[in-house]
Amino acid sequence: MTALLRTEGVSKAYGGVQALSDCSIEVERGRIAGLIGPNGSGKTTLFNMITGYGRVDSGDVYLNDTKITGLAPDKVFARGIGRTFQLTRVFSRLTVMENMIVAAHHKERSGQTGRFRNPFARAGGAATRQRAMELLEFTGIAKLAGDRAETLSYGQRKLLELSYVLIADPEIILLDEPAGGVNPTLIGTISERIRELNRQGTTFLIVEHNMEFVMGLCDRVTVLDYGNAVVSGPPGVIRNDRRVLDAYLGTEEEDDDSSAA
Amino acid sequence: MRSLALWRAAGLAVLLAVVALVPLAGNIELTQVGVLVLMFVGAAVAWNIFSGFTGYISLGAAVFFGVGVYTVALITRHLNLDGGVVFALYPLGGLVAALVAVPFGLIALRVRRHTFVVVTIAVFFIFQLMASNFSWTGGAIGIIPPFLNWDAATVWNPFYYAALLIAIVAAVLAWAIWGSRFGLQLRAIRDDEDRARGLGVRTMRVKLTAFMISGFITGTLGGLYFYYQADALPQYAFNPFFDLTIALMAFLGGFGTLAGPIVGALLLEPYLGWAQQQVTNTYVAQIVLGALFLVVIIFLPRGILPTAGEKLTALRASRQRRAAERGTEPPPGLPVGASAAGSPGSTTRSAS
Repeated sequence: MTALLRTEGVSKAYGGVQALSDCSIEVERGRIAGLIGPNGSGKTTLFNMITGYGRVDSGDVYLNDTKITGLAPDKVFARGIGRTFQLTRVFSRLTVMENMIVAAHHKERSGQTGRFRNPFARAGGAATRQRAMELLEFTGIAKLAGDRAETLSYGQRKLLELSYVLIADPEIILLDEPAGGVNPTLIGTISERIRELNRQGTTFLIVEHNMEFVMGLCDRVTVLDYGNAVVSGPPGVIRNDRRVLDAYLGTEEEDDDSSAA
Repeated sequence: MRSLALWRAAGLAVLLAVVALVPLAGNIELTQVGVLVLMFVGAAVAWNIFSGFTGYISLGAAVFFGVGVYTVALITRHLNLDGGVVFALYPLGGLVAALVAVPFGLIALRVRRHTFVVVTIAVFFIFQLMASNFSWTGGAIGIIPPFLNWDAATVWNPFYYAALLIAIVAAVLAWAIWGSRFGLQLRAIRDDEDRARGLGVRTMRVKLTAFMISGFITGTLGGLYFYYQADALPQYAFNPFFDLTIALMAFLGGFGTLAGPIVGALLLEPYLGWAQQQVTNTYVAQIVLGALFLVVIIFLPRGILPTAGEKLTALRASRQRRAAERGTEPPPGLPVGASAAGSPGSTTRSAS
């Protein structure tokens, strides 16, 4: 079985800091994969390299065995990789529904036939709005559809970000700390939604510091250390691997989380 | 909700009727000032379509204006045109301005925020210097249009209606863009450009299109201005105060809103015209303009309309709350006075 998403020897340096060095990971279709590692180990950088928010120094990224290295973020998104950010990024002065419609544009475009597009067509057709409402109901924020995104709480913004990534029907979704700074009830909701989507066929790659969340949700975990994938395997194996304990769980700042491991 | 829309439509119709009737009053000076006011309404709306919607503050709109002025000036001089045909040339000024917007945008739209502002100012001065130094632009002497042998009593009427038409087209265009897919993409860029890109918005193409539309309207107004002012001079065609004025108009009325730039232009341009007549030293009016800019940015950063709208919503909410308190018993479990203490800002938060 070939991997849905694969990086091969990706390296990236910011000035003198080697954020990623020869980093190779694989995510198989249908999985919920986890990516863990201490702060500064290159997790978010790897996300940025995959989704086109930066240029790799060397190495390649493959989606379905097609090279997507160096594609711009809009192209990567169109290929089927959705992504959320560690600090949520929603369009604060647009309403929740308008946020959804922005993300649906590329899909509406590909669905259209004929060469001519009316640039002044009202944003969001009935079908798009209905689909958006379904997704908002799915994530539980449907009653906020008419509110400006800036009035949402942090957790609600995380759900909105997940919702508008979903509207494009991506093959794989990269989540950057979906549980960070979110209350325990909402964490439960988020992980339940991820499982449900996974059952429907969406693949996930999740960066998260909350060990309970990662170990409970993911069926495969990769550990990054100093920009390199040191080990990869099922959660049960990972949590007892000595290299992982050295690299990650032994550090003092993770004391809270290590009790769960 | 429906009655509100009806009131709005009625108010708009009355306003338009009054504006359309101004030249019939027969006051030549009033009509002449009216041309300038309407031109600034159009220019402020055009500026807002790009800068207000995307958040990219441009101080280079005078580039489009000046290109419109010189395009029409050069065509008329070389073809020796006069009479009513001149009005057909204005869109040509707009077209050339829109073409200029392509390289201008491809350079300037690579950078953001402060850097973008500085780049637009730099491009502006390049154009002003070119206009005053090339021989084919007439240099510092400029270009004078053919003499229009029109009746002095009604000479401003065609200009007035042309400016009104451009202003209406600009406003309708802004309204159509606002709610469209294109407008939503522009506003998404304003809030978080990188995120918009990550969701499949082709940001450069979208920004450039808005820049060109804005440039087209402004260039058309430049063409109109050439005949109105009866000369094409570098310092008036490429005027830094034009940039400051339309930006201030948009900020005063409400940056990035639909009606804001119109309100700002309707308030500010009559004042500027009046101030220039009252004070012989024109620099006084310009100093006041600069001071006004500071006052608006510091005390009314979001502009008249959004601020007023907020106050109105707050007023309505508190009135509803008071009515609810009088009409019904407070819900059980709610401490006495709790509903009165909650400000409209805090009620929205409590849901999270």
